[in-house]
Amino acid sequence: MAETTPKKKGLGSVVVNAERCKGCAFCVEFCPARCLEISEQYNAKGYHPPVLAAPEKCTGCNMCGLLCPDFAIYGFMFKKKKK
Amino acid sequence: MTEESMDVDVSMPTNTVEEYLRMERMPHIWCPGCGIGTTVNCFVHGLEASGLDLKKVAVVSGIGCTGRVAGYLKLDSFHTTHGRAIPFATGLKLANPELKVVVYSGDGDLVAIGGNHFIHAARRNVDMTVILINNFIYGMTGGQVAPTTPVGATASTAPYGNFEEAFNLPYLAESCGAVYVARWTAYHVRHAAKAIKDALLKKGFSFVEILAPCPTLYSRRNKLGDGLDQMKFYAAASEIQNDADTKTVGLSFQGKIVVGKFVDKDKPTYLDAMNTFYVQKFGDRYAPYKG
Amino acid sequence: MKADPKGVMTGAFFIDGDHACAEGAIAAGCRFVAGYPITPSTEVVERIAERFPLIGGLFIQMEDEIASSIAIQGAAWAGKKAMTVTSGPGFSLMMEHIGLAAMTETPCVFVDVQRAGPSTGLPTLPAQGDMMQARWGSHGDYGIIAVCPNSPQESFDLTIKAFNLSEQYRVPVLVMLDECVGHMTERVVIPPADQIEITPRRSWEGPPEGFLLYKPDKDGVPPMVKAGDGYNVHVTGLTHDERGYPVMTAAVQEKLVHRLVNKIRLNAEAIVEFKEDQVDGAEVMVVSYGITSRVAIPAIEQARQEGLKVGHFRLITAWPFPKRRIRELSAKVRAFVVPEINYGQMVHEVERSLGRTVPVVPVSHGGGSVHNPKDIYGAIVNSLKG
Repeated sequence: MAETTPKKKGLGSVVVNAERCKGCAFCVEFCPARCLEISEQYNAKGYHPPVLAAPEKCTGCNMCGLLCPDFAIYGFMFKKKKK
Repeated sequence: MTEESMDVDVSMPTNTVEEYLRMERMPHIWCPGCGIGTTVNCFVHGLEASGLDLKKVAVVSGIGCTGRVAGYLKLDSFHTTHGRAIPFATGLKLANPELKVVVYSGDGDLVAIGGNHFIHAARRNVDMTVILINNFIYGMTGGQVAPTTPVGATASTAPYGNFEEAFNLPYLAESCGAVYVARWTAYHVRHAAKAIKDALLKKGFSFVEILAPCPTLYSRRNKLGDGLDQMKFYAAASEIQNDADTKTVGLSFQGKIVVGKFVDKDKPTYLDAMNTFYVQKFGDRYAPYKG
Repeated sequence: MKADPKGVMTGAFFIDGDHACAEGAIAAGCRFVAGYPITPSTEVVERIAERFPLIGGLFIQMEDEIASSIAIQGAAWAGKKAMTVTSGPGFSLMMEHIGLAAMTETPCVFVDVQRAGPSTGLPTLPAQGDMMQARWGSHGDYGIIAVCPNSPQESFDLTIKAFNLSEQYRVPVLVMLDECVGHMTERVVIPPADQIEITPRRSWEGPPEGFLLYKPDKDGVPPMVKAGDGYNVHVTGLTHDERGYPVMTAAVQEKLVHRLVNKIRLNAEAIVEFKEDQVDGAEVMVVSYGITSRVAIPAIEQARQEGLKVGHFRLITAWPFPKRRIRELSAKVRAFVVPEINYGQMVHEVERSLGRTVPVVPVSHGGGSVHNPKDIYGAIVNSLKG
């Protein structure tokens, strides 16, 4: 399972299960922040999974997660650490 | 933002959708670009938002690509015969009214072979939620024409083009007595999730139609591109008209798609009507039926 | 366990077979009936519709037989004992769902008050033409149980038995009445509830973790659970493994179908029931069931008075067929006579069961009336003439 290492920039990030992805590109097309791109890499089935190309723009809205028909990506918001 | 980032917990939470899925059965059988999986996300989100006791939620489906949804949900789930999810669900609900029964099936299953059961359950206002995924085709069996296939589209059993009028499903549902009727598309994920939540919490026969791409059969045969092209089409062609007159929301081939919540009213459910009636008839001799 | 006194109408009554069947269902604990009117079965659901509201039952007249035959399965998975009632044309419509119940191992009862067919036939007149359909009517291989009442009293008793067998074996059970028994009015004695033995649902009481919905007990029958208790069951008509999940392989198919067939076949000795009269030393054996078993009596009596040794073997369970006993009885029998109100259905089972070539004489007719006993008598006498 390839996961995007969440950067500390942006309000949130995504987790991509690259092997599950079937390359439909719903997430890339409809991400409101347009921060996903189709990767050059491909998975074992030959599909190109998405990658968080602009992590600083990610709001963690999880639109990608709602759209993904293969349960291969989801977004989440960073939480403030409890002091 | 950078000052805050030092105090931010960046550990990754799990995908909550997976809690509702039988993950040991993944990957599912749906094609690349098929919209059914998208609607499952909407269902899970709507179910979560509803606050319903998951132990009491039962999903009943029929046969077809959408019918496979029951097999992937980690709830009491019943994969019944073609067209007959609704009467099975009726039996389940009336035998145990505490259950929240959801019928999740496709257009061919629910309104072709299942048409008779659809209209009677709506007429009776049996308390159930029917989620109909409309991809305008019989997908599982290879792309045959459905009662929802628009005039002019081709299918394997209408190879020269379909000349039969298609159902206007919201109109059908409303005219039969459904108390909640909404239509969205797989593009409108948040609206669809909210509609499902509202439908789940609604007492009576609630109906949500969700248009979804079938790239392998409907789109390919009709040269409509792939799943993404259909989703972009939904985005461009949809017009939200809440409270639209359902008579006017029929669909044509690649034409305007009216989406929204069309009907939201209150009526006694089948069991409410039955209990009221028998209390009137028998007085104290009748113990209201609770299951 | 004993019957629930709330439903049992203890007493002696003068009612017909249809009405007695309804009372039998109620006594057995049935509290969900989905049906559709069809002559000559309609009186069963009419009585249920009258009786249910004040005893906590739910009756719904569905839009057709197809809906009825699956609504009862939804009710069964919600924990209820459930039944539907029909006649020939409706029975044909229900075939897919009888197969679904067999495949998903859903306990439920189907009553067929047989009338003359094929097709619309003679709606108000008797026949026994659905007997093979009862065994083989749905596509594919599965085991099934069918009982044949020959009186209103038996309509009451055997409907209870049908529910009990259905729970015991997690299989749909068919009550094969005919129009004559269904519409015949006779004395029916309904005992007190504590004298009626009913079989409860074979339930799994353990935790959901590790529970397998289709893992059989030693007798080949898996214990059941119901929706709403947190087991997250998955029930499908697709070929499935012990989890209940669809697996599309010949290996899983073999394992599953083998068990579904053997669940009944290997338990046949415990299931079969029959009545024998003067079978020891019989020269001619009459094998009959349902109303024909009563019409045969004067024919048999007359033949006996003339010195013939005639035995009478009556099927209570038609399916599974009492193959072993028939074969046993054939040792000294010179001929079998099988009167049925059809063109020969159970007669084939008699033939199949016999270990050697013994003449089997069918007494068949197209239906619409019971036999003239003279025809049965004639067959008995002629069967010995070689």
